Amino acid sequence: MNFDLGGDQSDMTLGEKFAAISWSLVFLIAAVASVGFAMLYSAANGSLDPWASRQMVRFAVGCGLMLVVALIDIRVWMKVAYVLYGIVFLMLIAVELVGQIGMGAQRWIDLGFMQIQPSELMKVTLILVLARYFHGASLEDTGRIPFLLPALALTFAPVALVLMQPNLGTSLILIMVSGATFWLVGVRLWKFLTIIGSLFPIGFIAWEFMHEYQRNRVRTFLDPENDPLGHGYHIMQSKIALGSGGLFGKGFLMGSQSHLNFLPEKQTDFIFTMLAEEFGMVGGLGFMMLYALLLVYGYVIAMRCRHQFGRLVAMGLTVNLFLYMFINIGMVMGLMPVVGIPLPLISYGGTATLTVMIGFGLLLSVHVHRDVRMSRRGISDF
Amino acid sequence: MLSAIDRDAERQRVMSRRTMVLGGMKAAALTAFAARLYYLQIVEGDRYTTLAEDNRISLRLIAPTRGLIVDRQGVPLALNEQNFRAILVSERAGNVSQILAQMQSILPMSEQDHRRIMRDIQRSRSFAPVTIRENLTWDQVSAIEVNLPDLPGLAIEVGQVRAYPFGEATAHFLGYVGAVSEADQAKSEDPLLSLPGFRVGKNGLEKRHDDVLRGTAGSTQLEVNAFGRVIRELSRDEGKPGSQVTLTIDAKLQHFAQQRLAPERSAAAVVLDVDTGGIVALASNPSFDPNQFAMGISSELYESLIKDETNPLINKVIAGQYSPGSTFKVISALSFLENGIDANQRVHCSGKYNLGGHPFHCWKKGGHGAMDMKQAIMHSCDVYFYEMSRRVGIDKIAETARRFGMGEKTEIELPGERAGLVPDTKWKRQALKQPWHPGETLIASMGQGYVLSTPLQLAVMTARLANGGRAVKPHLTKSVDETLLEPPEWPAIQVNQENLRFILDSMAAVVNEPGGTALRSRITKAGYEMGGKTGTSQVRRISLAERSTGVKKNEDLPWRQRDHALFIAYAPVHKPKYACAVVVEHGGGGSTVAAPIARDILLELQMLDAARASVAELPPEPPADAPAAASPAPQSAAPASPAAPAPGVAR
Repeated sequence: MNFDLGGDQSDMTLGEKFAAISWSLVFLIAAVASVGFAMLYSAANGSLDPWASRQMVRFAVGCGLMLVVALIDIRVWMKVAYVLYGIVFLMLIAVELVGQIGMGAQRWIDLGFMQIQPSELMKVTLILVLARYFHGASLEDTGRIPFLLPALALTFAPVALVLMQPNLGTSLILIMVSGATFWLVGVRLWKFLTIIGSLFPIGFIAWEFMHEYQRNRVRTFLDPENDPLGHGYHIMQSKIALGSGGLFGKGFLMGSQSHLNFLPEKQTDFIFTMLAEEFGMVGGLGFMMLYALLLVYGYVIAMRCRHQFGRLVAMGLTVNLFLYMFINIGMVMGLMPVVGIPLPLISYGGTATLTVMIGFGLLLSVHVHRDVRMSRRGISDF
Repeated sequence: MLSAIDRDAERQRVMSRRTMVLGGMKAAALTAFAARLYYLQIVEGDRYTTLAEDNRISLRLIAPTRGLIVDRQGVPLALNEQNFRAILVSERAGNVSQILAQMQSILPMSEQDHRRIMRDIQRSRSFAPVTIRENLTWDQVSAIEVNLPDLPGLAIEVGQVRAYPFGEATAHFLGYVGAVSEADQAKSEDPLLSLPGFRVGKNGLEKRHDDVLRGTAGSTQLEVNAFGRVIRELSRDEGKPGSQVTLTIDAKLQHFAQQRLAPERSAAAVVLDVDTGGIVALASNPSFDPNQFAMGISSELYESLIKDETNPLINKVIAGQYSPGSTFKVISALSFLENGIDANQRVHCSGKYNLGGHPFHCWKKGGHGAMDMKQAIMHSCDVYFYEMSRRVGIDKIAETARRFGMGEKTEIELPGERAGLVPDTKWKRQALKQPWHPGETLIASMGQGYVLSTPLQLAVMTARLANGGRAVKPHLTKSVDETLLEPPEWPAIQVNQENLRFILDSMAAVVNEPGGTALRSRITKAGYEMGGKTGTSQVRRISLAERSTGVKKNEDLPWRQRDHALFIAYAPVHKPKYACAVVVEHGGGGSTVAAPIARDILLELQMLDAARASVAELPPEPPADAPAAASPAPQSAAPASPAAPAPGVAR
């Protein structure tokens, strides 16, 4: 790899930027997405309708968005980080208000042509805003607790709103992404332990405020085979589907568990199960390696970036991507509770695809603008 | 104080280190996933594959066709009829209540039916058929078929229901089928028993031969989805239909016998082939309609059958125990002969016999005068039997009776058979802990007192006399499929043939010679004559006071206290082929009530045989297969002697 620190990139033309995009990463993203199309095609019993075709359209739109995001100067993103965060935060509040008027858990805003989940967007904006906050912070700064408090507030304000929706899975991802950022900027380990320690009493309080279905999810995770036709049914059927796949799987379109509907939510949360049922352990491991390669790209981009903001954004996005995969695959394998997290690029779903594509756009932008000059204050050079 | 550059480098060092830690954690997580994948898909793979197949494949049973039961001519007695039922698939129906309202004109439904259907529809999956009505008539089926285009989701399904074309006539030995009970399921592991709507034999031969009639379950392997909807059939095995059971019964005679008993309130008749022991007819009146049981009987009807004092559900041929009365005298007489009594020795009957100061009365008040054995049987003289039984003793009589099948179960293939009773000194000592009184021997010799027998035992006894002393056992099953079940030979009974001949001749005299108690019921058609013995058994004690004022006539007594009328017979006299026993509960006298029934049955049977033999000599005709072909109109249905019995009715 070329770690040449190069010259000033501040005055790159659009054409130069376009050429600087890591096309191999774009190709890799398209490859992973194609696996997703194939699985959605299979989930519909060998039909493009209703999922695969729509997912392709979304991916195409997402690709366009990704490239646009990639070509926008990273300093612009840094400049607008707080604004974007504020907008998404207001959307979260709006969802909460609408949800109280409507029935039950409300997670999205209906824009007419599509529905947006602000909690998904919040993952990206939280990464941006924390990167912005810590961009100029020295080790001394991050060692001082008063300096950390605003960042904690930036994290836990949206987390509280998302928890109220209620959406346990996304809340946990937000906390963990934020935690990773805190870790990377050098916050001492004992501070994490303090926070984690204080989470136990909070957990007890949260249990009191949880909906019954959320409690059942936690209970099911602790003993999935206890209740085979109730909440444990999904995990049991998922494990049966995975296990019956064997080494090489049952073959494309041949997964009996998936096609006979024993597997729930096969086009969204349990899509990895279907993949592993039809392509076996070979397919499952192959897919995980492809995904891991995406993570490696994220790491390389972060390490080659010459400014703290870019590094933190790239690392945050990589952690976010990893967490999606970790929770989703862990869940379908029976290692995690059922929290309803999709597998990005593979699962059918609008906002998740869009969010992930914006994330990849930012990642590419970090890569394109890896060598721009940025002051500690972030925007003075711009 | 560090320079900005140095601080930046320091910060970057920390970050790089921590990035490595983070990366290591991710790598560890991915390794854990790979291990989990290996565990689920390779280590536990077989187990999960089995579970997945269990999910996917639903094994459904196919009920085999139940075997037919036919008579000795091949006439079906129990068969399977098509049963049409209307079913509704709610997902195809759209608006269910509208469809039901439309059907109201074709198939009137009560409020209760309506509720049941709506409940079933709510409980079952939308693609699962719900039964609207079973046992549709042909008119209803055609009315529905015509209107099908307006009734989406509705369909006619054909099932099978057990049918008994002879209904009441065959109910007592065929029994019936019914729904599987929990007890049935506990006893057998046949998967068919858990099939909804499956019927098993509940009584009679349907129960006895249930294992061969039932057949073997077929199965179909269906691929189903998570909601139980059938995707496709993977394989199908039709199973094996039940075997055909051929009976020794003659359907025409059976029908005739049941009809002939119908005028009597409670009666039983049975006819045996004396050579094989095969039962040609077995009738018990009143009877019940087994078809109602096969379709599912209402509890009110069942209750009324159970409570009826004439016991329609009891097969009196095997489960009714009666004092055989004077019909037992043929066994007593044979026992006398076998034990050295000379048939020509006479006993004087004055109408009364004294034993130890107690008077024993003959049924004929003035007495019979001097009687030898043949005359005593002909006239059914009680005093002769009092005297001779006193000489021979009860143990000898009992021993003879047992050899001819009395006092023990005949082991016929029907449930609920009673054993009857042949008393002797040993029995009384053991069962009642009392010594035998000599007077009891006298009473037993004329078939009263402790002696009890079923009509079937009486018929078996007669058959063993008539066939020259072969110990036939009564049975109903001739063959299952092609396998003959009747034994070709029966063991011989140790008995003097001359003595047997003498008894049969005496029985012939009872019916055919002037003075015989059953003379009025003789068969006049040459070559078809029968021999027999009348019997009238008391069911009450006649007190001394009553005897002095005159014994009450039967018609003056309530039905329950009237005498039982019995008759045993064999025919034809010159070459016995059939034996018959008739018991009419509380019917009065054996000669006036029971004997004419036996005559009509035996005459009908011989005429049927003759007609078939003449047909067999002609070019073959298609066999009369329709049940209706059985002649319901006997050539002499009316009782032969409607006249009031004489003031001392022969016993």
